Amino acid sequence: MSDLDAFRTEARGWLEANCPPEMRKPSRTEEDVCWGGRAFTFQSDAQKQWLDRCAAKRWTVPDWPKAYGGGGLSAAEAKVLRAEMAKLKCRSPLNSFGIWMLGPALLKFGTEEQKRHYLPPIARGEIRWCQGYSEPGSGSDLVSLQTFGEDKGDHWVVNGQKIWTSYADKADWIFCLVRTDKANKYQGISFLLFDMTTPGVTTKPIKLISGNSPFCETFFDNVAVPKAQIVGEINRGWDVAKYLLGHEREMISGMGSDGGTASLGSGFKEVLADEPVLRAQMALFDVESLAFRAHSERFMDEWKTGKAHPAYSNLMKYLGTELNKKRHEMVMAAGGSSALEWESASSGGGAKARSWLRTKANSIEGGTSEVMLNVVSKRILDLPGA
Amino acid sequence: MAMILNDEQSMLRDSARNFMKTEAPVAHLRKFRDMNCKDGFSHGLWKQFAEMGFTGVLIPEADGGLGMGHVEAGIVLEEIGRNLTPSPFLTTSIAAVEALKAADKAMRDRWFPGIIKGEAVIGLAIDESAKHRPDRIACVAVRSGNGFKLSGTKQFVVQGASADMIIVAARTAGAADETSGITLFAVEKSAIGLTLDAVRLVDSAVGAHVKLDNVEVTADAVIGQVDGGWATLGKVLNAGRAGAAAEMVGVGCGAMDMTFDYLKQRKQFGRVIGEFQALQHRAAHLYGEMETARSIVLKAQNLLDENASTAEMYVSAAKAKAGLACNLAVREGVQMHGGMGMTDDYDIGLYMKRDRGLNEFFGDAYFHANRVAQLNGY
Repeated sequence: MSDLDAFRTEARGWLEANCPPEMRKPSRTEEDVCWGGRAFTFQSDAQKQWLDRCAAKRWTVPDWPKAYGGGGLSAAEAKVLRAEMAKLKCRSPLNSFGIWMLGPALLKFGTEEQKRHYLPPIARGEIRWCQGYSEPGSGSDLVSLQTFGEDKGDHWVVNGQKIWTSYADKADWIFCLVRTDKANKYQGISFLLFDMTTPGVTTKPIKLISGNSPFCETFFDNVAVPKAQIVGEINRGWDVAKYLLGHEREMISGMGSDGGTASLGSGFKEVLADEPVLRAQMALFDVESLAFRAHSERFMDEWKTGKAHPAYSNLMKYLGTELNKKRHEMVMAAGGSSALEWESASSGGGAKARSWLRTKANSIEGGTSEVMLNVVSKRILDLPGA
Repeated sequence: MAMILNDEQSMLRDSARNFMKTEAPVAHLRKFRDMNCKDGFSHGLWKQFAEMGFTGVLIPEADGGLGMGHVEAGIVLEEIGRNLTPSPFLTTSIAAVEALKAADKAMRDRWFPGIIKGEAVIGLAIDESAKHRPDRIACVAVRSGNGFKLSGTKQFVVQGASADMIIVAARTAGAADETSGITLFAVEKSAIGLTLDAVRLVDSAVGAHVKLDNVEVTADAVIGQVDGGWATLGKVLNAGRAGAAAEMVGVGCGAMDMTFDYLKQRKQFGRVIGEFQALQHRAAHLYGEMETARSIVLKAQNLLDENASTAEMYVSAAKAKAGLACNLAVREGVQMHGGMGMTDDYDIGLYMKRDRGLNEFFGDAYFHANRVAQLNGY
């Protein structure tokens, strides 16, 4: 038996013994997702137990180094673990912008002290992070951001406004792009970390077409941020931001392979039997879905071994989010009038309709599809700039 | 299995890429088209394939072949696709070999050495109508003495007229839409009552209409089990479909690369047309489609090599996706070449023609999407 097979056996045994049965069902609503953090209310004992056990095993971040709270697994072992978790239908023990976005940036740009200070609480789900990037006047053209940090010797005083800050009202800390040099567009931005309870930080949820409010407006009014809380060099935050966006896009692209291993159509057999044109569309969707799943697998194999083009996550983000939107269009079409229900208990409080509307943001947040295509055509295809 | 080529596979890709580019580029296809070659391919090139070791890629080592898998076969096919290289490789070295693997030793010894040497060419007689419906076999084989008599018609038998032997799927029992009762026969070209009418196809390949009029074969001509040919046919089709999908990844990528080069050269309104966002976005989208197709094809090949139970469904998904993506590549290719795309002088039109043929071969994207639905229970 190879080492990898031995690890597979060990991983499966541990998951079977430690993943509570309630955590082996697909997540249905937003409440089913564990985000952790200081103020997080666990939906069930099982949800807390599953996080605690994974955190103790260091498998919330299986491939981070052990010194920073990770499991120290190789890329191949981490892939085996993901596959075993998928087979047992284990829910993710912890969803976290700290794991998906800030962590990789800290691992690359953080000081040793920062890594030891910030990463373990992320791995254990103790601190929940949010991302301060977009501003009212700086969406696709993010680099035009205006939130300003004034140099006060040992700290900055930050003033300005962010928008579309996911879960800012629930987050403990923020990683934030702040202009520290007004004369220099790209090399005038710094990447700062600060506590959301710092005086001067306020958040205001934005109600979306889904009726939910996952995003906030975030206001900074004379917020003092110590100089030690910068990641990377002063005025070089754009490098960190770009690197982190790569990981964000990689994460969002994972949406396309949502839904386990079954085909979408297999869940709507009765409806499809009487609807030949819808059935045909569903069949073509399932082809796309299987293809994207395989593509994600190849991308992950290449990304983790450093073989992927550095701009490739932009392509994955485009493909994954467009597919996810299509998936939800298909769910609505197959669901018929039942899928229109907005509040009824039988519809899970309008889960289908709300999810469908939520997915429309997929191809806007984290870089629009149009921006992704711009990046792919210039950086991967090497087509000339206009 | 990782979705990355290992060192050995990368070396095979490099040698196949170099070989096709130098020995059989698109100019080679043009030459054989323009000379109106009756076979549509070069027997000399087929021998060179043998010298490179390609011909026996799927033949087991015990039978003198390389004993490699569908990933390796696909690597060669992709380079064939990229250069539009005409050859009997897909039908003979992939699909027919998969059938002959189920045959007894005498038949394997009869055909494998010739295939390995690049001498034998084998045709596949499966389709009976203009669309691929392998589950409807009406061609019959009735017992006669020690053997069988075959009667019926077949079409889209690629390279059939130049084949030394044709593998015929015929019914030995049951009704036309039953999967049991099918038997595979090896019918040699000299068989009495066998008529092969060559037909040139849009992509300059040569197909054949096959007529079987009481063709007598002995019991030795049966490949595998009498009445039990469906399982073997399934393997032949999986191999052929995955192979055609891999070739389409090559055709699509070849068309795409040529088109992107054109976008960087052609000037209008005082700038290269690749600067226009309207074209950039379509180019980037096309790139994504081709990349996704490459991934599902590799996944299907991996699963075939692992004998996975899901392989059949993935093969259909791969043939469908590769068909859709390759078709997009050639359509965008001709459009983005503008008027030049309509000329015979430019190669892009040849890619469009080959795509059409390969999309149809072993079932088109709609056939396979339907199959994905069926295999998922709807």
